[in-house]
Amino acid sequence: MSSHTHKEAVPYNAPAGRPALRIAFASGKGGTGKTTVATNLALVAAAAGEEVTYLDCDVEVPDGHLFIKPEMMSRREVTAGIPRLDMALCDVCGKCGEFCRYSAITVIGKKVLTFPGLCHHCGGCMLVCPVGAISEKAQPIGSVEEGAGRGVRFVQGLLKVGALAAPPVISAVKEAAADGLVILDAPPGTSCPVIETLRDSDFVVLVTEPTPFGLNDLAIAVEMLRMMSLPFCVLVNRARPGATQVADYCADKSIDIIAEIPDDRRIAESYSRGEMIIETVNGVRVIFEGLFERLCDVAGAARRGTRGRHIEGAP
Amino acid sequence: MKVVVTSTGPDLDSRMDSRLGRAEKYVFVDTNTLETIASDNPAGFASAGAGVQSAKFIVEQGAEAVLTGNCGPNAFSALAAGGVEVYVGSCLTVRDMVEAFLGGKLRRVSGASVESHFGMRGNS
Repeated sequence: MSSHTHKEAVPYNAPAGRPALRIAFASGKGGTGKTTVATNLALVAAAAGEEVTYLDCDVEVPDGHLFIKPEMMSRREVTAGIPRLDMALCDVCGKCGEFCRYSAITVIGKKVLTFPGLCHHCGGCMLVCPVGAISEKAQPIGSVEEGAGRGVRFVQGLLKVGALAAPPVISAVKEAAADGLVILDAPPGTSCPVIETLRDSDFVVLVTEPTPFGLNDLAIAVEMLRMMSLPFCVLVNRARPGATQVADYCADKSIDIIAEIPDDRRIAESYSRGEMIIETVNGVRVIFEGLFERLCDVAGAARRGTRGRHIEGAP
Repeated sequence: MKVVVTSTGPDLDSRMDSRLGRAEKYVFVDTNTLETIASDNPAGFASAGAGVQSAKFIVEQGAEAVLTGNCGPNAFSALAAGGVEVYVGSCLTVRDMVEAFLGGKLRRVSGASVESHFGMRGNS
């Protein structure tokens, strides 16, 4: 049972009557270009007149700020509940210890031990305790910062060093979402933090690269999205002529490839300097403008429940 | 006295496992008769909390002392709560560990001998 400290969000004038369209950028493999794509798309969308909120949900290593370079205006602490035991009430029945799969609360003999470092903050021990001996104690696990840069409203979460559970921090980041276009930059992989980022998004873009590792992890991410019943498409980064394994896979699985970004040393060099590649490398902006246009179509259609045949994902 | 040795195999001649929570097996030894009962570590592949879970198992099996290579903080707390003593040392086999224990050559620890997750590095 996680709880967050609620404070006033940064004022944001969302266009009236425009519900948020939430598009998440995920990948199986790390380092495929989620942040590159998400940040450049955010700028292109803002230039097209959208009210854009960029949410950096990769709270273990948020790096979108390196590119958008926002001015931070507020910061709030995120806490999550850990069990606090009242031994005057506890009759050592052991139900809490049987429930906790992480052994964060363990009954040994007639003693009940808690291990805050193992707790995933689900609150289950409090629910199963028949005598109400367990209450919740707030433990700081991270922070959420809000600001703005390059015409984009910017929000990022940061998990405290040593803290175990990213999802409560990600959830707090998502609470800062506003109307307009919301871009969620997910962590890599397919574990709990990714699920927390992606669920309730309208559309997911899986950023991959045409390598055996990229393809292997893409297939795992595709399985995840199918289980979550989320509509999605694939974006191939560092695309090379002749490297067709991802395209072959997508064709086989009837998955739409929404865009390709070429494997170009100038892009890598510009990225490594923290620049926006739409502004520094010829031909990249037009790729992102096309991506933005298509995404608005397919994601908007997916949200309205009228998605086209080429869009993957169960209703 | 019933002790348990962290082990890579099922009997006295098996190589010991220096890890506690991530040990492959536990060999429970009656130090009077040298009779053994081997058990798989039920927590060896736990995603987290292996030290605590294995300690709980060891307490429930009625061991009075653990003979191992290293013991982390969570496992130590759990073993202490169950009244189980922890002895550390570095021997080749389970039998060597028991003999070293009986000869007073293992070090009894009053706290963790290593930090959390030490056994996740594949030390053995």
